[in-house]
Amino acid sequence: MSDLHTVNKSPFEKNSLESCLKLSLPGSSVLLLEDAVYGALKGTSATDLVSSALADKKVYALGPDVKARGLDESRLIDGVELIDYAGFVDLAEANDKVQAWV
Amino acid sequence: MSDTKNFMFLNRRAPYGTIYAWESLEVVLIAAAFEQNVSLMFADDGVYQLVKGSDSSGIGMKNFTPTYRTLGDYEVRHMYVDKASLEARGLTTDDLIEVEWEDWETEESVDNIVEVVDSEKAAELLENSDTVFSF
Repeated sequence: MSDLHTVNKSPFEKNSLESCLKLSLPGSSVLLLEDAVYGALKGTSATDLVSSALADKKVYALGPDVKARGLDESRLIDGVELIDYAGFVDLAEANDKVQAWV
Repeated sequence: MSDTKNFMFLNRRAPYGTIYAWESLEVVLIAAAFEQNVSLMFADDGVYQLVKGSDSSGIGMKNFTPTYRTLGDYEVRHMYVDKASLEARGLTTDDLIEVEWEDWETEESVDNIVEVVDSEKAAELLENSDTVFSF
């Protein structure tokens, strides 16, 4: 089993996402929620960060937060999985613990 | 109207994740009600405030995109967007809402008061404002 890491800050405003990816082990799950969903988008200055993490980590984005920000699913980086609140609960249950990067 | 000042609202935060964007809108509406010259500047993550297509029903928060669209009716005449901030986020003007402005006395109108400016122009606009409110 491994850990679920949650990030809720924009990658353009804080380095929470960067730290999370640096300080989590391969095989970890990373859930981007609230303002962190901007990190899941293609064509931004933060895209490479998440693209490279996908090599050995699972990356998820919380659907309701993506929709609230007017972002279409087609803008997500390939490999990022969109989940809903029930999916969040499943992830929390499936991992050893939840580590929040605020 | 010697009491009229040029107010600039500088918005640098993404919507919904924090309360800044909403609080800024509230103060903008108040300033406009007091018949001040109100302009808005969107930079850094603030440019996300103008992204169209928002559906906030899933997060239990008020969708405030429609409020931005009404700013023209409150005599907000300029909404500036920093070009570099847009580009860093892979956004173009096509991703942004349009805000119509009309002077109901003269019937003069502008189709869209949202204007993308480069950083040099943005700096000038901030410098030339009497007061800058930061959110």
